[in-house]
Amino acid sequence: MQVARAGRDAKEDLTVELSPSTAGVEIELESSVATFYGARIREVVGEALEALGLGAVKATVSDRGALDWVIQARVEAAARLLAPEAIGDRQALPAMAAGAAAVEVPRDRMRRSRLYLPGDQPDLMINAGLFKPDGVILDLEDAVAPPQKFAARYLVRNALRAVDFGGAERMVRINQLPRGLEDLPEIVAQPVDTLLLPKAERGGDVVAVAERIRELTDRTIWLMPILESALGVENAYAVASADRTVVALAFGAEDFTRDIGAARTDKGTESFVARSKLVLAARAAGVQPIDTVYSDVANEQGLLASCREAIALGFDGKGCIHPRQVRTIHEAFCPSDRDVAYAVRVKRAMDQAEARGDGVISIGSKMVDPPVVARAMRVLELARFYRIDLERFGR
Amino acid sequence: MTTQTAQTKMTENAVGRPVPAEVNGREQHPFAGVGKHRPRGCKVGPPIPTNADYGNDKRVGSLREALERCGARDGMTIGMHHHFRNGDLLVMPIFDTLAEMGVKDLVFAPSALFPCHEPLIRHLESGVIHHIEGSMNGPIGRFCSEGRMRGVGVLRSHGGRFQAIQDGDLHIDIGVIPAPAADATGNANGVHGPSACGPLGFGLADSLYADRVIVVTDNVVPFPCLPWEIQGQNVDHVVEVERVGDPEKIVSGTTQITRSPTRLLIAEYVAQFIEEAGYLGAPFQAGAGGIALAFIQFLAARMRAGGVCAPFARGGSTEHLVRMLEEGLVGAILDGQSFDLKGVASLRDNPRHVATSPFTSYNYHSKGNFASQVGVAVVGATEVDLSFQANVVTHSDGLLLHGIGGWQNTLAADCSILAFPLFRGRIPIVVEEVMTVCAPSEMIDVVVTERGIAINPRRADLIERLRGSSLPVVTIEELYETARGICGEPEKPERDLSRPVAIIKWVDGTVIDTVFKVGGERTSP
Repeated sequence: MQVARAGRDAKEDLTVELSPSTAGVEIELESSVATFYGARIREVVGEALEALGLGAVKATVSDRGALDWVIQARVEAAARLLAPEAIGDRQALPAMAAGAAAVEVPRDRMRRSRLYLPGDQPDLMINAGLFKPDGVILDLEDAVAPPQKFAARYLVRNALRAVDFGGAERMVRINQLPRGLEDLPEIVAQPVDTLLLPKAERGGDVVAVAERIRELTDRTIWLMPILESALGVENAYAVASADRTVVALAFGAEDFTRDIGAARTDKGTESFVARSKLVLAARAAGVQPIDTVYSDVANEQGLLASCREAIALGFDGKGCIHPRQVRTIHEAFCPSDRDVAYAVRVKRAMDQAEARGDGVISIGSKMVDPPVVARAMRVLELARFYRIDLERFGR
Repeated sequence: MTTQTAQTKMTENAVGRPVPAEVNGREQHPFAGVGKHRPRGCKVGPPIPTNADYGNDKRVGSLREALERCGARDGMTIGMHHHFRNGDLLVMPIFDTLAEMGVKDLVFAPSALFPCHEPLIRHLESGVIHHIEGSMNGPIGRFCSEGRMRGVGVLRSHGGRFQAIQDGDLHIDIGVIPAPAADATGNANGVHGPSACGPLGFGLADSLYADRVIVVTDNVVPFPCLPWEIQGQNVDHVVEVERVGDPEKIVSGTTQITRSPTRLLIAEYVAQFIEEAGYLGAPFQAGAGGIALAFIQFLAARMRAGGVCAPFARGGSTEHLVRMLEEGLVGAILDGQSFDLKGVASLRDNPRHVATSPFTSYNYHSKGNFASQVGVAVVGATEVDLSFQANVVTHSDGLLLHGIGGWQNTLAADCSILAFPLFRGRIPIVVEEVMTVCAPSEMIDVVVTERGIAINPRRADLIERLRGSSLPVVTIEELYETARGICGEPEKPERDLSRPVAIIKWVDGTVIDTVFKVGGERTSP
């Protein structure tokens, strides 16, 4: 007999098994919260099947405290595996939650931290916003095992509708092309701000995604290509400037080192040139350079050192794979008193030069070059973001 | 002894809960309010012994011989203790022996039970044990909740057990105390020997008030066994066994600092709250497990940064608390039980780390106690409601799954904080009304969750101090709505209100609530 399954036997998740039935819709339920939500779970499963147009199906549900939107996603994934043609473009969408609107972020939004969330683990999504990362990434790519990828697409879609990420930029990492193109229709119709494109190697990769998005929606969705191969790094500028919706270039150290045949080290010598090259290309294209993740989640000092190095190289942000890393990253990206004091002096010199109608900005007898001015402006912007009292620095 | 029948006369107590007027043939006092119950008269005492009847070598050959010499018979109450926690190796042999002897209808009064005690169910089923007065956890709690225990369970806090023994509500016929070190006359401690486990304070009341006292050890040392936390003058018999307990298992997984980012966030909020509420440097209660353990490291960092030291901490000692003692961040550890072996070693070696008993720390019938000198206590709960009443014994579905432990007693701290995730496996912890009241609302000052911190409106001073804080301070109603918004509205579980299966005692011995037989489909996370 034909059976379709979706979901995971994990807390705050469920498994759904669907098979054809001759007796209409039958639901067999086992749940850790049956006492409280048994009737509700049956109702949600029944409504989802109805929305998908399946009238003769047996559902065997084993639940461990999943929320409604998770149940809907698992039912839909199983249903699509069972009877894709019958379902067509019907969906079992959760209601849009109050806190789930897209943030409509500006292209140069602060992107110090972006927190990766495996696209098949609802329990990690629910609380992600509490840790106040600048961005959350619902990951459909490497964090999801191949057998879970199909179902993860529906889970991520529903999470975008139902979860309050607390003002974080809502990002989704789609799969590597061409599979990533198949992810787009379900994702871009939802409140998502930015898509991450893994293993971007050519400007054409970016264009393909950007054009497909424009076919699907009128909204602007930003793109953050991730360079994780020698070819990607070689083509960094082409990738960064391929479409006006690219807002940042990110680096992926794990795949990159594998691609060049080196081992990943703490020092990062093997990726030093590539990361510098990425920073140059990003700056040249006017987009933000964002560094790779730091994978030793227990090593806070190591993360801090890695952030300092990234800042020294010119990066604007860092990836995180654990919520505890967010704060450390934010602390690292906070400008030092010395930097802020200097930036305030530069700004004052600039204002004075402007008042004089003079193009030459100088501090004492030293002339200040335009790149130094630009950096000072970035430091001031960061200082304002951290609510640093600029009066303290004589402003 | 009779089996509790369906019709029991119920009265309403001061928190509006129906409580039985009589339980297992004993009259009960309904909860009258905090500090309202003032019993008169004298404490009870054990029968007068004469030392002419005792030699200095009280060793007997076996548990059975000791129990026989104590006159074990039907209907007696057996007191036992949990200083080995899940590594206890004595409770089962004692009841297996009593069963072999053909004794039945016993009352079992443990200071706490652990998962390792699940096999007791066979003695509950066969009638060797009539009912349990102490704590009922996990499978035994379920057994009781399903109405399968012959008598009605009585749940007491650690302090409440001492109180009940002293005022005669709980008469222990035979107390059996496992001891990692003992001499032949029965002096005993918990800090020496291969099974060293920490303080033996939970056994103190039995040693003083039980009719007969048996010390069981795997480490007989020459007289005098020092320190003598249990004094041989109170002991009838000493039994030597191969192993008295497994100290490795006292850990029970509760002394690992949680890795859950949500729990760590809550622990950080707790530490920040303590500082902003003005309690940094105040004595604090340290516990084991999850948030109660994790907040200590954040508190330590704040104390270090602020250059303050707490005069003492109440343990639950763990290596984390010991480190604070050694660093000078706490002046002393007043220890009720050890949660890990570093705690045991410190208790043995550090004169500023002392063993306490529920008498000195928690007892309602003592002339003052430590618990009320503690500035801040951080504990968990299974539920808290809109009026700040809290539950620690039943889950929201009515199943009895935890003992009270020292929970009720620690709430005497100046600021008592309940810390937990707002929902667990979809089940909201902040509810409209708790299933079982284990603490009245004036005992709970603050609720800290990952989605907000609610201060009891009774604590206007705390609300004032936290004004302008960066902490997410909200009302308890907001927490409730947030939880419902995420999880949905739970259905009300069914209970059989004509069948009380256990009563919950407040620290003064009055009945604060009743646990009823669960009905319908039962599940629990």
